[in-house]
Amino acid sequence: MSQPETIIEKIWKKHVVHQEEGKPDLLYIDLHLVHEVTSPQAFEGLRMNSRKVRRPDLTFATMDHNVPTIHRNVIKDAISKKQMETLEENCEEFGVSLADIHHPDQGIVHIIGPELGLTQPGKTIVCGDSHTSTHGAFGAIAFGIGTSEVEHVLSTQTLWQAPPKTMQVKVNGKLGTGVTAKDLILAIIAKFGVRFGSGYIMEYTGEAIRDMSMEERMTVCNMSIEAGARAGLISPDEKTVQFVEGRRHAPKGEEFEKAEKEWLALATDEGAVYDSTVEINADEIEPQVSWGTNPSQCVPVSASVPDPEKVTDDEDGVRRALEYMGLEPNQPIESIELQHVFIGSCTNARLADLRKAARMIEGRKVHEGIRAMVVPGSFAVKQEAETEGLDRIFMEAGFEWRSAGCSMCLGMNDDIVPPGEHCASTSNRNFEGRQGNGARTHLVSPEMAAVAAVEGHFVDVRKYTSAAERVI
Amino acid sequence: MEAFVRHSGLVYPLNRANIDTDQIIPKQFLKRIERKGFWKFLFYNWRYDDDGNLRDDFSLNYPEYQGASVLVAGENFGCGSSREHAPWAIQDYGFRVVIAPSFADIFYSNCFKNGILPVQLKRDEVSQIMDRAGGGECYLSVDLVDQIVFDRTGWSATFEIDEYHKNMLLNGWDEISVTLTYDDAISAFENQQN
Repeated sequence: MSQPETIIEKIWKKHVVHQEEGKPDLLYIDLHLVHEVTSPQAFEGLRMNSRKVRRPDLTFATMDHNVPTIHRNVIKDAISKKQMETLEENCEEFGVSLADIHHPDQGIVHIIGPELGLTQPGKTIVCGDSHTSTHGAFGAIAFGIGTSEVEHVLSTQTLWQAPPKTMQVKVNGKLGTGVTAKDLILAIIAKFGVRFGSGYIMEYTGEAIRDMSMEERMTVCNMSIEAGARAGLISPDEKTVQFVEGRRHAPKGEEFEKAEKEWLALATDEGAVYDSTVEINADEIEPQVSWGTNPSQCVPVSASVPDPEKVTDDEDGVRRALEYMGLEPNQPIESIELQHVFIGSCTNARLADLRKAARMIEGRKVHEGIRAMVVPGSFAVKQEAETEGLDRIFMEAGFEWRSAGCSMCLGMNDDIVPPGEHCASTSNRNFEGRQGNGARTHLVSPEMAAVAAVEGHFVDVRKYTSAAERVI
Repeated sequence: MEAFVRHSGLVYPLNRANIDTDQIIPKQFLKRIERKGFWKFLFYNWRYDDDGNLRDDFSLNYPEYQGASVLVAGENFGCGSSREHAPWAIQDYGFRVVIAPSFADIFYSNCFKNGILPVQLKRDEVSQIMDRAGGGECYLSVDLVDQIVFDRTGWSATFEIDEYHKNMLLNGWDEISVTLTYDDAISAFENQQN
């Protein structure tokens, strides 16, 4: 029998176009996702050098980062408008498919890829966006690239990449009731730090991962980059196959049956060796809330903000974070008063996320003084949610119900958190100024965001779970 | 791309860890469709006050660091968003070298596409530079051929860099032009896939 291999090695080997001493591997790219913010300079580079897009059929574009989520017919911001028009022109000139702002396929690029069946196991997938790691949930090697690399892929359908080191992130046991995929990935980053994945592709394994739905797996893989890893993935299983089957770009009929066998065979072999392994016990994890300005700065909701005097590492960083966040050392997390709640982003804006949040707020009202907003991850998610009546549940509770886009995750459109105000956000980054200059972001799960909207401050969602179950 | 062989210049120390690309260039400046002109927006929220005036209390604005071309920072420099606007802003401001104990992967590879040399030194070596540059004028030379950082006092430190990136910078090669010479191999791969 051949040497046992990880899924990472299996996919990599199948995509090496050229290998030579003293160079990285020339890696073939199966799917290139494009959006308006990181592509204009790449297309301009092609034009200046009279180059073409090598494989328009493997390239797919949408608009997500700076699209308005309300009043979409009039784009007030002239520079945003110009950027979106530029993408339209570029896609037309170079023959690339585009889901523009009014297209029924439009949405956050990492949400529509899986929705349309473009994302498939075994593929190499890139996008000029660091959260491309999301697609790893399907057992694909998916990573974010810069604009020069976008141009390189457009022109050659390849990238020069050194073979990655492999890391297993093993999640033992089961997550408790009310503890979500988001809490797991935040707890992993809190435990191991924001750069433990640097230079690695991570594979998430273990019982808690196998138990997860595809939506939950996407949430976990999405935040691999916040651990420093360019990519994170999960070996495909029956859930993966079922999710992909029947989607528009998925193989059909006999082709699908053949693909299914190949996909399942990609799973990491028994006895395969990783360059590194870390472990975490799922049953010890509580709902998480970030208190600082990077995603490792988070604690269980029942805990308090740390005291810089008592931390062992980066005391200055902790002090600066607390000052920026306007928090006192040892302040209980539950005492942080909120002014905004944002449910959205490529981390947590799929239908399953909205369903879970809606369940928590059904029949309840958003607390006075809180501005709460739901931004579905795609046009399709929005429509399905409306068919189920989730929009009514949110709006009756006092949430704003918006159209699809990245929105308040990074505030490139008008959806901004004002200086000094606190936001419970289901997004992925709590960096200084991320949601608006001076904005104070707290990363949480959709369920935690929903109950925080009702209470006006953080509460342990597990106290609510049973109440919601009683209602239903 | 402009080649990089060696460079000497004034050091600007920014002693913070985990400086993310949102800090290097905030999102409101990513809407532009050009590659140039980003120098004004580098470290925008730290450099300017709410009225858009330069802040006296941010060190990049201090008189002694004007004209700096060697940026020295803490661990995990360039983490977060993949935006290449970050190295564009750094390069456009006038920096040619960034020194740190560690870099985020995407930022690190973005540097090489833009004629910036990212130099990874040991923690204590970076601390030594921080201490000296924090006290005032400090000039460093960086030689990519010999993979060494040094100054006139005899202080020096060597660094690792892979051959591929080194050659790319030394020659100022356009990576796409190089890859297009492998066109036959790419076509053969595609045919075999089909």
